[in-house]
This record gives sequence, C-alpha cells and structure tokens, in this order.
Amino acid sequence: MTTLPQIDQDQEVRTSQEEHHEDFRMFGLATFLIADGMTFAGFFAAYLTYKAVNPLLPDAVYELELPLPTLNTILLLVSSATFHKAGTALKIDDSKNCRKWLLITALLGLAFLISQMVEYFTLPFGLTDNLYASTFYALTGFHGLHVTLGALMISIIWWQTRSPGGRVNSHNQFPLEATELYWHFVDGIWVILFIILYLL
Amino acid sequence: MTISLDNSKEGETKSLQPKGWLRYFSFSLDHKVIGLQYLVCGFIFYLIGGLLASAIRIELTSPLSDFLPRDVYNQVLTLHGTIMIFLWIVPVVNGAFGNYLIPFYVGARDMAFPRLNAVAFWLIPPSGLLLISSYFITGAAQSGWTAYPPLSITTPAAGQMIWILSVLLLGGSSIFGGINFIATILKLRRPGLKLMQLPMYCWAMLGTSILIVLSTPVLAGTLVLLSFDIVAHTGFFNPSLGGNVVVYQHLFWFYSHPAVYIMVLPAFGLVSEILPVHCRKPLFGYTTMVYSIMAIVVLGFVVWAHHMFTSGTPPWMRLFFTIATSFIAVPTGIKFFNWVATLWGGRISLNSAVLFSCGFIVNFVLGGITGVALAQVPFDVHVHDTYFVVAHFHYIVYGGSVFVIFSSIYHWYPKVTGRMLNEDLGRFHFALTFIGFNLCFAPQHWLGLNGMPRRVAEYDPQFTFVNQLSSVGALIMAISILPFLWNIIQSTFRGPVSGNNPWNALTPEWLTSSPPPIENWIGPPPLVKEPYGYGRNNKDSNEITTDT
Repeated sequence: MTTLPQIDQDQEVRTSQEEHHEDFRMFGLATFLIADGMTFAGFFAAYLTYKAVNPLLPDAVYELELPLPTLNTILLLVSSATFHKAGTALKIDDSKNCRKWLLITALLGLAFLISQMVEYFTLPFGLTDNLYASTFYALTGFHGLHVTLGALMISIIWWQTRSPGGRVNSHNQFPLEATELYWHFVDGIWVILFIILYLL
Repeated sequence: MTISLDNSKEGETKSLQPKGWLRYFSFSLDHKVIGLQYLVCGFIFYLIGGLLASAIRIELTSPLSDFLPRDVYNQVLTLHGTIMIFLWIVPVVNGAFGNYLIPFYVGARDMAFPRLNAVAFWLIPPSGLLLISSYFITGAAQSGWTAYPPLSITTPAAGQMIWILSVLLLGGSSIFGGINFIATILKLRRPGLKLMQLPMYCWAMLGTSILIVLSTPVLAGTLVLLSFDIVAHTGFFNPSLGGNVVVYQHLFWFYSHPAVYIMVLPAFGLVSEILPVHCRKPLFGYTTMVYSIMAIVVLGFVVWAHHMFTSGTPPWMRLFFTIATSFIAVPTGIKFFNWVATLWGGRISLNSAVLFSCGFIVNFVLGGITGVALAQVPFDVHVHDTYFVVAHFHYIVYGGSVFVIFSSIYHWYPKVTGRMLNEDLGRFHFALTFIGFNLCFAPQHWLGLNGMPRRVAEYDPQFTFVNQLSSVGALIMAISILPFLWNIIQSTFRGPVSGNNPWNALTPEWLTSSPPPIENWIGPPPLVKEPYGYGRNNKDSNEITTDT
C-alpha cells in the first residue's frame, strides 16, 4: 500500500477563487473572548488574594452602596435582551425594528456608563487611597472600557443597518452577531464582577 | 454560512501583492511570506540579543565590574532576556515555522485569518525597536525580564514603562497568532483529514496556542497593574502602600511558566517532524506523543509557583507544586524516549538537521534533569537565584529551542529556497555550537552550586577561572554564527538546486514545488493520511539519498 498522497491529477485545476469554506470568524472571536476573559480572571484572582491576605486598617473599610450597582446590573441584563431582539429582527430583514432595538441597547449601555460615573464621583475613596480602592477602580474601570467599546460598536452597527446604504443586513449579519456575542460577554463579566466586588 | 476567499480575477490578485524581495517588506497576507518575515526579523533580534549576551560574558571574565557600569549591566541583562524570549524564540518557533508549515499540514492555502496574521507580525518590529530604543533614550529597564516589584517600581520609570508597553504589544501579537493557529488547525483542515492524522507539529502548535490564549492575557493584566503602580502610584504590588509583591509573582508566573512551554512545545513538534524523515522510520508512539503534549499543556498551568519557593510560599503550596512539577517529567520523558526510539534502528543520515536535533535531545535531557532537581524544595531553596538556574534554563531554551530552530532551518531551507545548504559548513556550525554551548553553560551549574548569584556584575574572585571558561564557551558560540550566516547567504545564490523533495519526505509541505507556489498547491491540496509512513514499502526505503 502506498503512502504517497492521493492527488487526483485528472481533476481540473481549481483555484481558491472557487473554494468555499465555513465562516469561522465567530470561532475566532469566541477564542479572543476567552483570552479577554482570562485578563478579568487574573484581576479577580488578584482581588480575592488581596482580600484574603492583605487585611485593611479598620478606618479604611468601606461598605459599598448597593442601589446604583444593582441598577447597573439590571441595565446591562436588559440591554442583552434588547440586543438579542435586534439580532432576531435582522434575521427576518426587519430593519426598522432592528435599528430601534439597537438604539435602545446603545442607550442602555450609555446609561450604564453614566450611572458608573455617578458612582465614581460619590464614592468616598480615590484611586490611590488604599489597595481595595485601587483594585476596585482597576476592575470596574477595565470593565467600563469594555462597555465603552461595546457602545461605540453598537452605534456603528446602528449606522450600518440604515437602509438603503448600510452594510449590515440579513445577508451580512456577522458584524451584528459578533458585537452581540461581545456584548453578552461583557454583561456576563459584569455579573461575576458584581457578585465578587459588591456582594462577597 | 459560507464566504468565498477572494472574488477577484487571477491577474488582479497578483497585482495586489508586491513580487520579489519587496514582498518581504510589505503587509503581505501570504502565510509563507509572513513566516519568513517572522524568521528573519527574529534572527536579527537574535543577533542583537547575542551581542548583549557577549557583553555580559565579557563583563564576567573578571570579578570586578570593569567593562560595563553596574546599571548598564542590569539594562543589558534585562534587554538580553526580553529580546531572546519575546523577540526571538517565541516569534520564531511559533510565528515563523507555524505560519510556514501549519497551512501545509492542514491542507489549506493560507491561515484562517490572513489579515490578523499580518497584523500579528507587524506588531513585532515596532515593539522590538521601542524596547531597544529605550536604552538610548532614557536607559532601558533594569529589573530583568521578570520585572519583579518593588525593583521594577523603584528603578527609573521611563525605561520600565517602555519595557511594559513593548511586552504588551508583543503579548498582543502572540495572542493574535494563537487565535489564528487554533482556528486554522481546528477549522481549516482539508475535508477528510482527521485530527489524529495531523503531523505532530500541528498538535504542538495547538497545545502552544491554547497556552498562549489562556495565559498571555493574565500577564497583560498584571503589567497594566504594574504600570499603574509606576505611573499613578497605586499600591498593587508596593508593600509600602499596602500592596503585595507575591501577588505579582503569582500572576507573572501564571504566564511565564507556560511561556517556557510556549518556547519548547513547538520545538518538540519540529523535532518530531525532522527525525522520522532523516531516519526513514515512522515517528515512534504518535498517540502517546499527542497525549503527552496535551498533558504538558494541562500540567503547565498548575506548576507556576515552583518559581517562588523562596517567596514565603506556605508549606502546602510547596508540596503541591513540587509534586505537580515532578509530574511534568512523565510526559516529557515519554517524548524523549519516543524520539530515541524513532532514532533506534533507523537509517540515520547524520546531516546538519539531524545533528542539531540530536544535540537538542542531549541538551534537553540534561536541562530536564536539572529541572526535576530544581522542582524539589530542599534543593531549590539553596540554588534559587544562582547560576544553577541560569544554566538550567539555558539548557532548555538554548540547548532545546534554539538548537531545534537551527535544525529546522537546515531541514526546511531547501523547501523555502529550492537550494541546498552546504553540509560541511552546517556540520562545522553544529560542532562549534554544541561545544561552545556546553562549555559556556555546563560550568555554570558548578558556579551556582557554589553559591554565585545571578544578575550581578561583580562576584567572588574564587569563581574567576570557571567564569572565564564559560566566557570562552560564549566566544565559541558567537563565532559559530559566522559559518551559519555565510552558509545561508552563499547558498541562497550559489547553492545546488535541491529539487522539490530532496529528503524524500512524506509530510504535505514537500508534496508541492520548492519554493511553493503562491497558494501552496496547483490543483487541490493533497490528502496525507500517513505523514510518517516511512520504510513501509521497498521503493521508499531503497531510494534514500539525503546527502548532497
């Protein structure tokens, strides 16, 4: 039995222009999000270690207020649902509803950022006050950066779903699907962050 | 959902990419061009890192710091470590050979994400220049490639910040590359090609890419926190502000221990490609090789704290990490014995590629043995931060990875250029490298056992002779690069034409012309189900001519 490759010489020469393959951009994005999640995992691990081994002085302990971050959690969870509605609308080429839900999602993201800023300005500690303050701002700030990027991407998708003229439609759903996956990821991270930072 | 690769006509495709030498300086999307860009760029940084190593060895020929001022010595050793790891070994064993070979091995015409691939490469030269330029602008970082705080917080900030930025860029490049390899190997395989039929290098790259994707982001996050400490005066890792330096060490080694496997697993894969071809035997124990790579990937994540046995690590942690680290010797040992068994009874042609591969096996087993020794707490606490550790990891990363890089260059040079290298010069290069390397690093075991600390420009005069011996070895290593460079340069123009498959190899990259056409195959990609099926029919085993 020969081990040489089975090259079909008679088959006509094909070039890549005719070859089609599965779209694995979502796979690549998911891999990237796993990597991104590991950054958060590193921050969480650092925070929990600090909590376990670096006790604070009694006068430096703060009880974090819960109402605002709870509101933030609700905002983000609702925005995940509205983004999903936008995706469903795009699949049936319902551009009007898709744009409506995208706009709502972007506004919810913006509301989250504003609410986060309000919390920052009302907190009794600053970035360099102590270790917990620094970790708090690093974690929420890094997450806020993700929300900012997400809100910008949603705005771009919203612009690109305009009809006529937009590039995102039922034939090219990838930009919206990718942003949606990213947005769900950012929401999921927030839920973990909320539990670890505010509830534990 | 399907997408087509390119809708443009043949003529237009050609005009998009520059031809000839110019394409190696362009934002080319061809995986073969990107692979060579990685290789040549990495090699230039290797020469720079080698010059820095020479400066270190010249300084250490005398016990006093007379050649370099102390702070310059610290900068030089920091740059040497960072350049060799992040700009030479990691980009070359992953980026260079991975980009060149993986699409061939999975039967594809390019990587899964060609543009991301080009971006990943083009992040490297700027960050390398950024890193080196810091030496001339403000003075480079002085805290070693580990950048442990509080040293990295108290040494001059500008150099350290440039170092952090540069490593963040290189980490990003590495992650992009890793995502690309995972997608290419898992998703872009030619229909009909099963995972367990892939050449071993694919498995090594899959394991390495998993390590990169899961561990590099942790380093990135850590370095961002460190830069906050330096610039914004937060106290994450600053004990005087309530921070904790050991947390930095945990986070850093969570990346940097897997980084050792990121440097050496691809080398394992490359050796597994080279040996069967030149021994005319199938790779011994394919399945165990695959499982041992995956075992190393899993174990690689739970051994990091063996770098921290002297950092006040609690006893249970010492015990756990000693045992976990010792376990790594099992899959590594399996691979070692599989290579020996591949060589055993083979029709070995002792050409330069095989010599370097065998040199790798010898060096790597020595480095592996000292590694097992270092994993034991009672031993490690005595030799921690001494030259014993320096000797150990140079046996792994130079004796291991760099030997394999040279072996791979000798093996795949005919593929890339269509010409043969000069074997005599190659063997001479091997002899110089092997002798120089062992003369340079073997004595350092003795230095470490006798208590000479690493990363210090001055030392006790009783160590003078052995240090001079080591420096002579370094000189031979430095000279050894000359026959190699001459060989590469003159063979590119005057080397004998190799033909398409000078080694009679069966792996897919040899089943096209040398050098390969722009999309790898004219006609459909071949289906290679037995990449190591050597010696299984008479025709194959009788027609072996590997000498030129």
